[in-house]
Amino acid sequence: MSGRVLVGVKRVIDYAVKIRVKPDNSGVVTDGVKHSMNPFCEIAVEEAVKLKEKKLIKEVVAVSCGPQQSQETIRTALAMGADRGIHVEVSGKDYEALGPLQVSKILAALAKKEEAQLVILGKQAIDDDCNQTGQMTAALLDWPQGTFASEVSLEGDKVKVVREIDGGLETIKINTPAVLTADLRLNTPRYATLPNIMKAKKKKVVNMKPADLGVDVATRLEVLRVDEPPQRQAGVKVETVEDLVGKLKETGRI
Amino acid sequence: MVAELSTDVPALFRRRRNFGTRKRMRLQHSQSKQHGEPVHSTRPETSSARTLMEIGTRRIFTKDHDLFRQNVRRFFQEEVIPYHSEWENAGQVSRELWEKAGEHGMLGILIPEECGGVGGDVFSAAVMWEEQMYANCSGPGFPLHSDVVMPYISNYGSKEQIERFIPKMAAGKCIAAIAMTEPGAGSDLQGVKTNAKRDGSDWILNGSKVFITNGWMADLVVVVAVTNRDAKTAAHGISLFLVQDGTKGFQKGRKLEKIGLKAQDTAELFFEDVRLPADMLLGELNKGFYYLMNELPQERLAIAAMAIASCEFMFEETRNYVLQRKAFDKTIAHLQTVQHKLAELKMEICVGRAFIDNCIQLHAEKHLDAPTASMAKCWASDLQNSVATRCLQLHGGWGYMWEYPIARAFVDARVQPIYGGTNEIMKELIARNIVNQK
Repeated sequence: MSGRVLVGVKRVIDYAVKIRVKPDNSGVVTDGVKHSMNPFCEIAVEEAVKLKEKKLIKEVVAVSCGPQQSQETIRTALAMGADRGIHVEVSGKDYEALGPLQVSKILAALAKKEEAQLVILGKQAIDDDCNQTGQMTAALLDWPQGTFASEVSLEGDKVKVVREIDGGLETIKINTPAVLTADLRLNTPRYATLPNIMKAKKKKVVNMKPADLGVDVATRLEVLRVDEPPQRQAGVKVETVEDLVGKLKETGRI
Repeated sequence: MVAELSTDVPALFRRRRNFGTRKRMRLQHSQSKQHGEPVHSTRPETSSARTLMEIGTRRIFTKDHDLFRQNVRRFFQEEVIPYHSEWENAGQVSRELWEKAGEHGMLGILIPEECGGVGGDVFSAAVMWEEQMYANCSGPGFPLHSDVVMPYISNYGSKEQIERFIPKMAAGKCIAAIAMTEPGAGSDLQGVKTNAKRDGSDWILNGSKVFITNGWMADLVVVVAVTNRDAKTAAHGISLFLVQDGTKGFQKGRKLEKIGLKAQDTAELFFEDVRLPADMLLGELNKGFYYLMNELPQERLAIAAMAIASCEFMFEETRNYVLQRKAFDKTIAHLQTVQHKLAELKMEICVGRAFIDNCIQLHAEKHLDAPTASMAKCWASDLQNSVATRCLQLHGGWGYMWEYPIARAFVDARVQPIYGGTNEIMKELIARNIVNQK
């Protein structure tokens, strides 16, 4: 086994920012808005670095698809302990239309090129909440997948994954190479210490285009309209349980 | 004014070397240019940023500093703020905090890697000073430990002293303090009475020190002592000694009960016939005063940087308060008197910020002289107190309550014009430079 892990990291609008819809309803305002690494991607990087520290794998490669600023996201991954980075440059209209299908094609191509043993991704991104890229990547590669992982353990050429599912926890054992997606409780991402931030400057980040991987990023989707969620309406206070039941019946809730 | 500066100023604001390709963020309002185009704008200054504490502002910093700042901010939020009230009651922070800070590479930033430090730059050290103030937690004595005491050892210590102490200090396992002030001598540093007398190859140290930051928890104290009573001036007869906690005769008196800095373990220290082997002399005999004069500008810059950062914190606290406090059917932010006060505060803080950033840049280039550092300390600490009292007033009755952060920031501010050299002494140093005919 190559001992190489590919980690996908996505640059998203920071979780603390108040999102505003563009006046023309074509999307949300991203200009001048604070961006950071998707929190689930941070967890993915942390898991990969932990595996390397346990000497179960040899190299962590951080990948990001996006415009020039995606390099900052890769640098954050390097500062957390990833060994090198790959920036697949997608910008302008292509970037605006970039979605899980194209990204998973890119990741699948890279996983083959880099002979990855594992591909670890965040379970979903906090901007589009798609929860598709991991699954699509696995399908394109015809690899097993361990999604919503809250625990990962490498056992020889197999991976034991504890998954968070609606009914509780499910434990599966899958062959490698495999795709894993990280859930919230998998780990707590480490601090990027100043020494590591300084070391990260010396790590290599390779630049390439989707075409170099033979991937066509043309989209099959068209965003028609983006709207704010409806304003929250005022609630109504009632005095008794009967009133409550009455109101619920009135508004057709029961 | 910002546009003027960016075209006018030569070497001062031009970015230097080692930070790889400079990432440039364009401030664009045209959405079509959001992605992918090469951009050339500089970073915004605090005056035009959304808040005065925003990450990604100020031209003296790079994206790497932003990344570090994010992590430091997280450290203070997760490891310091939740425990600070408890530490205020205890009069000290926990040992674990020190070790955690060491683990995360936040101590000894300015000490070279070869000596066992982090090997970071002045800007990274400034990030630490500022984030502590943005968290409003004056308890941890990190700035003193890392940027005042550790440099004495790495600059003047022997190879053996450096190897012995610096790595442990960087790890937070050996907490450091420096003891200059005595009950009878503060501003009059040359009037110190603590003295060391030769006994064979050893020294016998006697005296007492007061108002020592980190004093109660300190594992290692750098002590200023007279070693030559007959020197031509008192300054020529002062030396620095390393005294370890546990040395016979070294007593820590008590934690002092201050009106502010409640979680900081400021203490009084007593030395009674403390026997120190020759290798506990730091640097050369009778050169102590000159070492102090060399290192004090950095301490003063740190105090100035912390003062302005505290102003920025207090401003944002106050802005948030007035935007939600209601009176006469509207938020008080609607009142013109409040608006003008906020305008005055922001103006003064931004002007102060410009000077301090200037000084930080100068210091990074090793061009910060003592009078300029004194100006920074004096100006910023006076501003901090003026801002504190106005911000507290804007909070009304709640500003007087300990549970409101502004109250703690107010009392903490009061010591800044006093320690690190009183502002009166700062004016002495500045004036000397003005009227000196040389």
